[in-house]
Amino acid sequence: MIGALVAGITGSGGASLSSYESIATATGTGSSGTITFSSIPSTFKHLQIRGLMRTDEAGATETNCYIQVNGATGSSYAYHWLRGNGTTAAAAGAASQTFTFPGNATGAAATASVMGVFVADILDYGSTTKNKTLRYFAGYDLNGSGEVRVSSGLYNATTAISSIEIKTSSGNWTTATTFALYGIKEA
Amino acid sequence: MPAGATYEPLATSTLGSAGTITFSSISGSYTDLRIVLVGTASGNTFALRFNGDSGTNYSYTQMNGNGSAVASSRVSNNSLIYGWTSGTTNPAMCSFDIFSYAGATNKTVLVVGSRDNVASGSVARVVNLWRNTAAITSIVVSANGGNMDSGTTATLYGIKAA
Repeated sequence: MIGALVAGITGSGGASLSSYESIATATGTGSSGTITFSSIPSTFKHLQIRGLMRTDEAGATETNCYIQVNGATGSSYAYHWLRGNGTTAAAAGAASQTFTFPGNATGAAATASVMGVFVADILDYGSTTKNKTLRYFAGYDLNGSGEVRVSSGLYNATTAISSIEIKTSSGNWTTATTFALYGIKEA
Repeated sequence: MPAGATYEPLATSTLGSAGTITFSSISGSYTDLRIVLVGTASGNTFALRFNGDSGTNYSYTQMNGNGSAVASSRVSNNSLIYGWTSGTTNPAMCSFDIFSYAGATNKTVLVVGSRDNVASGSVARVVNLWRNTAAITSIVVSANGGNMDSGTTATLYGIKAA
């Protein structure tokens, strides 16, 4: 996904890979199911988050990961996804949701030290005239189970995004969990 | 290999004849790695091997669409990181995102594969696991362990978080 964005940047002429900058990294504490990026600068065109994630949800090999923005917890989100679970490919979507759904982290019942991952692209996050579209690519593999998923998310508001909350559906982010936030500039 | 910017090209290799591409002595100073591969390999599958490990320590889950149907499958105890089917005439593209390659966890890799040959083609998304907690210091890019075609190009990028 970085490549798609960078290819677009370099293909349009002039801009370099320095257009892609690290903003912040957050690590799980083992005692909270929420990680927040706040006070996000408005100096970029797009944002990207790269997630390495695992939860302590007991008895679970996977835990849903949710993303909200600006502290909005109302039904102002929608999402659609396409998923392969090793046997079948399936698609679904939902409107009037309280979160977007990038994919799944591994849970406490997953093989030790195996992590779920995602790449999230948050497009034109600073716009005050457009609703916000998010794009996700996620997966985990447990050598016999797992899934790969692409998703879209909508935050149905024109407010600029200044904070991002990444949440578990249950349990806490383990200390091996990291989310890295990057900004992508335009010319 | 040098360390530097947030998203840094570390090395590029283009095959002058059929062969594999090796990235070695990879710096541990980045957070993630990314390989962008464009080329052909007689329709064989692009693949990676880490640190010379040819054991059955890899696995993957994939989904794809081929223009008429979608499908998903997996392979356990594989001996390679699985990319996607290469082209024969028209170049195919594979990108590999290697998360926390120098970290203490097992290594998870996301793959985007794209191949189009006018009347046939496919697009795929793959998640791979390498069951090893060692830092990745070398990567061999191949066609299912064998040679890729002359002209195939691979670029290795380092991505550094704050």
